[in-house]
Amino acid sequence: MKFTLSWLKEHLETEATLDEIVETLTMIGLEVESVDDKAALKPFVIAKVLTAEKHPDADRLKVLSVDTGSGAPVQVVCGAPNARAGLIGAFAAPGTYVPGIDTTLAVGKIRGVESHGMMCSERELQLSDEHTGIIDLAEDAPVGKSFAEWAKLDDPVIEIGLTPNRPDCTGVHGIARDLAAAGLGTLKNGAVEPVKGVGECPVNVTIEAPELCPGFALRLVRGVKNGPSPRWLQQRLIAIGLRPINALVDITNYITFDRGRPLHVFDAAKVKGDLVIRRAKKGETVLALDAREYELNEQVCVIADQSGVESIAGVMGGEASGCDETTTDVLIESALWDPLNIARTGRDLGIITDARYRFERGVDPEFMVPGLELATRMVLDLCGGETSGARVVGYKGHTPKVVSFPTAEVKRLTGLDVPREESLAILSRLGFEPQGSDDVVDVTVPSWRPDVDGKADLVEEVMRIHGVNQIEPQVMVSKDTVGGRILTASQIRMRAAKRALGVRGMMEAVTWSFIAEEHARLFSGNRKLIKLANPITSDMSTMRPSLLPGLIAAAQRNADRGFADVALFEVSGAYEGDRAEDQRRVAAGVRRGTARLEARGRHWSGNAAPVDVFEAKADALAVLEACGAPVDKLQIEAGGPEWYHPGRSGTVKLGPKIILATFGEFHPKTLETMDVSGPLCGFEIFIDAIPEPKARATRTKSRLDLSPFQAVKRDFAFVVDNTVEATHLTRAAAAADKKLISDVSVFDVFEGPSLGEGKKSIAIEVTIQPTERTLTDEDFEALAGRIVENIGKQTGGVLRS
Amino acid sequence: MDDLDQLEKSILEEISAAGDEQALENVRISALGKKGTISEKLKTLGAMTPQERQVMGPAINGLKSRVSDALSVRRSALRDAAIAARLEREKVDVTLPVPRAPAERGRIHPITQVIDEITAIFGDLGFSIAEGPDIETDHYNFTALNFPEGHPAREMHDTFFFEPDEKGERKLLRTHTSPVQIRTMEAQKPPIRIIIPGKTYRADSDATHTPMFHQLEGLVIDKTANIANMKWVLTEFCKAYFEVPQLTMRFRPSFFPFTEPSLEVDIQCDRSRPGEVRFGEGKDWMEILGCGMVHPNVLRHGGLDPDEYQGFAWGMGIDRIAMLKYGMPDLRAFFDADVRWLQHYGFRPLDLPTLFGGLSS
Repeated sequence: MKFTLSWLKEHLETEATLDEIVETLTMIGLEVESVDDKAALKPFVIAKVLTAEKHPDADRLKVLSVDTGSGAPVQVVCGAPNARAGLIGAFAAPGTYVPGIDTTLAVGKIRGVESHGMMCSERELQLSDEHTGIIDLAEDAPVGKSFAEWAKLDDPVIEIGLTPNRPDCTGVHGIARDLAAAGLGTLKNGAVEPVKGVGECPVNVTIEAPELCPGFALRLVRGVKNGPSPRWLQQRLIAIGLRPINALVDITNYITFDRGRPLHVFDAAKVKGDLVIRRAKKGETVLALDAREYELNEQVCVIADQSGVESIAGVMGGEASGCDETTTDVLIESALWDPLNIARTGRDLGIITDARYRFERGVDPEFMVPGLELATRMVLDLCGGETSGARVVGYKGHTPKVVSFPTAEVKRLTGLDVPREESLAILSRLGFEPQGSDDVVDVTVPSWRPDVDGKADLVEEVMRIHGVNQIEPQVMVSKDTVGGRILTASQIRMRAAKRALGVRGMMEAVTWSFIAEEHARLFSGNRKLIKLANPITSDMSTMRPSLLPGLIAAAQRNADRGFADVALFEVSGAYEGDRAEDQRRVAAGVRRGTARLEARGRHWSGNAAPVDVFEAKADALAVLEACGAPVDKLQIEAGGPEWYHPGRSGTVKLGPKIILATFGEFHPKTLETMDVSGPLCGFEIFIDAIPEPKARATRTKSRLDLSPFQAVKRDFAFVVDNTVEATHLTRAAAAADKKLISDVSVFDVFEGPSLGEGKKSIAIEVTIQPTERTLTDEDFEALAGRIVENIGKQTGGVLRS
Repeated sequence: MDDLDQLEKSILEEISAAGDEQALENVRISALGKKGTISEKLKTLGAMTPQERQVMGPAINGLKSRVSDALSVRRSALRDAAIAARLEREKVDVTLPVPRAPAERGRIHPITQVIDEITAIFGDLGFSIAEGPDIETDHYNFTALNFPEGHPAREMHDTFFFEPDEKGERKLLRTHTSPVQIRTMEAQKPPIRIIIPGKTYRADSDATHTPMFHQLEGLVIDKTANIANMKWVLTEFCKAYFEVPQLTMRFRPSFFPFTEPSLEVDIQCDRSRPGEVRFGEGKDWMEILGCGMVHPNVLRHGGLDPDEYQGFAWGMGIDRIAMLKYGMPDLRAFFDADVRWLQHYGFRPLDLPTLFGGLSS
């Protein structure tokens, strides 16, 4: 919403400065977004052309001698056809910035003749599009004076960012009311004198859609002379960014901004028969005033005559019945429209107009008829003619809301101690009518404030006018004890997972929750895809069923930038369905190239190997441990979901059913479909699947018994079928004596022709920790025998000779 | 005696000539070994007269002792030289680069770090963290938050919708974290003090808007919480978060469907240096958050009586306050996973924000 300072002062009697007004507007909730104080026009002065001679070397140029009101006349080269001796216009001296040509003037030579400035056109000053000649002022214009000041172009323009709840401030009068209530002056009387008409309006109006049109007022003015509107009116419209069209149209625009009351004018000669307000028929079209044709639907409310739709009600008029210079009889419309329907129509048709802006917020119903009267008065004043009486149809009057207002609410909600009398005075200044002398007052809401429904709304009115600055911050007592843990178990796990992956040299990414449908399908496990109805691009169309596709794509983007060895992780939501419980908390990561835990890339001490399934497995287990999963109870099974390499992937389970994680290198088809290259491995941990730890009564750790006897390590190598899993072998070894054997690790795996077809050798180191006595050689022999026997029995392994 | 002097001279010469410990040992054996020259001399003492022995005894023993000493001195010198030579051989180029530890290479995303910072501050004020789903219903995202059907305020949200289900209900991606207000009120009775960090979505994309972004919602509900309390909480938060001792904030009336009265908050700052914002100084105002008293209709939708309970709520952009504090120029880069950006703007994984140790290092 834009307006000028002088325009505001037509509604507000005030001594306040521009700065005070701007500051107050913002602090009462009418946030000032910009102020144009027209400083750009200050350097232009009124100057008189003394002589105008033809340029010696150019037919179309003239060499002027210009009296700028200070010092000797200056020489200016000018190409304007209307440049002549005696013309008084606007002069820009060298050094002046000319906004219309975006140039700062310098002394220049034009075809060999020096030019010391410029006589400007209206377009060069951005006053209008006029550029056929330079500005030609009246003879009494004072030479040497500021042009902008004399022509009243120095009127500051204020723009406020209006919140959608304040339709009353879509007009300057409403803004003035707020400022007056805030103590910045006195609101001038905005009452409109009715205009007495001759006879009744000859055009009949039928409202067939009363639910969309609660009121309609119309009158005919005959014998008008439509042409350019007066300069003051044009200047106001130009100042707020509107283009003057002709007097009739300019009047409607002026009242739209002056009173927040949109109007429409029809050329009566072009309206056939009576008017009907109805829903559009499906497929009906109208050529609107923006010269575009719109196809309408049954939700759209229109004003139609015998020839069809003449206007999209409350949004935009039709071209066919628009007013132009030839208009002599004009129908002026002032109506009420259903705000929600206007909003929908505007949205459906993609039309944004000043009328829609106001009607969808809700105009003052009680100003429908005064708005018509005001428009009629202006038409008569500016265009002449004779008016008929007003025809008012459908309007049943306004029943004001009454809000029961306990004045103590102000203190309860804001902490502000505003005396009851002041609260009520503020409301009265805003047009509310408080009644009663009790603690609870009945407040009648003015017709221009559809946003006010309850007592909290009234508290806001009192607060914003009394001053938000008056509210002193008040300590909110938080607690009288030491704070405890505030995070939930899963919140703690999400944090722990992130830090655990960070210390493993991975970088945390945050990627989009929606990805390309093709990528989502790859990782969906054949679940139904959750697709957006209105994605902004097809690459962001489907909710991710897994974090992996986003991370894989991110790794490739980095590789394409020249960073091939990257390790990325993300801890966030994946979507298996559209219910709240379908959003899973997942920690996932990918490693690409040689981005291994310990090192990456080439190094003088040895190059890093390409990443593989074991890197991903180590990451997965580290996260599970950080999240408090019972690591000693986890089972690792070969194989994982189909997006992994079937022989180089695994699944981490807890019991037969709970899947805690999957990890592996990716299937070549996954990489191909995603158009990425490896080596690439990754993992996903399902944080919600990890069982919650049992509540403990004490933080005491279990007792630690340290054996005084030396631990001993023994190595064994077994030849087994190469289908035997290492875990199977180490478990068999450990089971040989659960008391003595404290650890079994694999230190070598070897396959070769010497072992025979289909065989491999697994070498293990067994740590033996005696607890009761030092073991003898015989004890060790016996234990070794049991280990060999157990492994032979459970895996078929034979001690390698 | 002359031959003793001669012997001593020759042995001492041999000792100083020995180039390594083995050569020196050979000298020792040839002199002091069982059949060594000095040992042989000692054996001659037995055949001597007492007078001769009186003279020769001390002479030979003296010789033995001097040779032993010389051997020991030489041995120690040779050992030192050997160690020095070995150390010289073992010298390496210590300027060769060593790999950085994984914990030094890893990075935490600024959004995570800033959420941890916010959590540290609000945890101290007695708040806990609430969460809700990204895929929401129209009820939680709009209706329960007092956005009437078809109201222009809904349009301002550029909502992402899903296809309607069998019942014609279409879910959406939450446009703000406010649905969690309702979910929390339904799940717990006041007093409520929560913050809600989370992902939010709007169909919008340019340098300052991305279709996915992060919001921080706050909600306080009890029987007394008012705007004066809210001013205090938000001022304390901003001071703590931006790590400045003083901050001027401007609360001005505004409008949100789910609060009444509603306010927007600006922070005074200095933006005169390119790419940098300083708080606690300067003449500019920067809008940072929206807030207000929870609208009575929202309380009712949450199952609370607005005449008994009251409270305030606020919302701010996490990405935005991260950009303001740490100076990232472009929001889109937050979601690009460019390792150069993560390396530069990310945080080391062991830098945990705390109030006792400072939020940032």
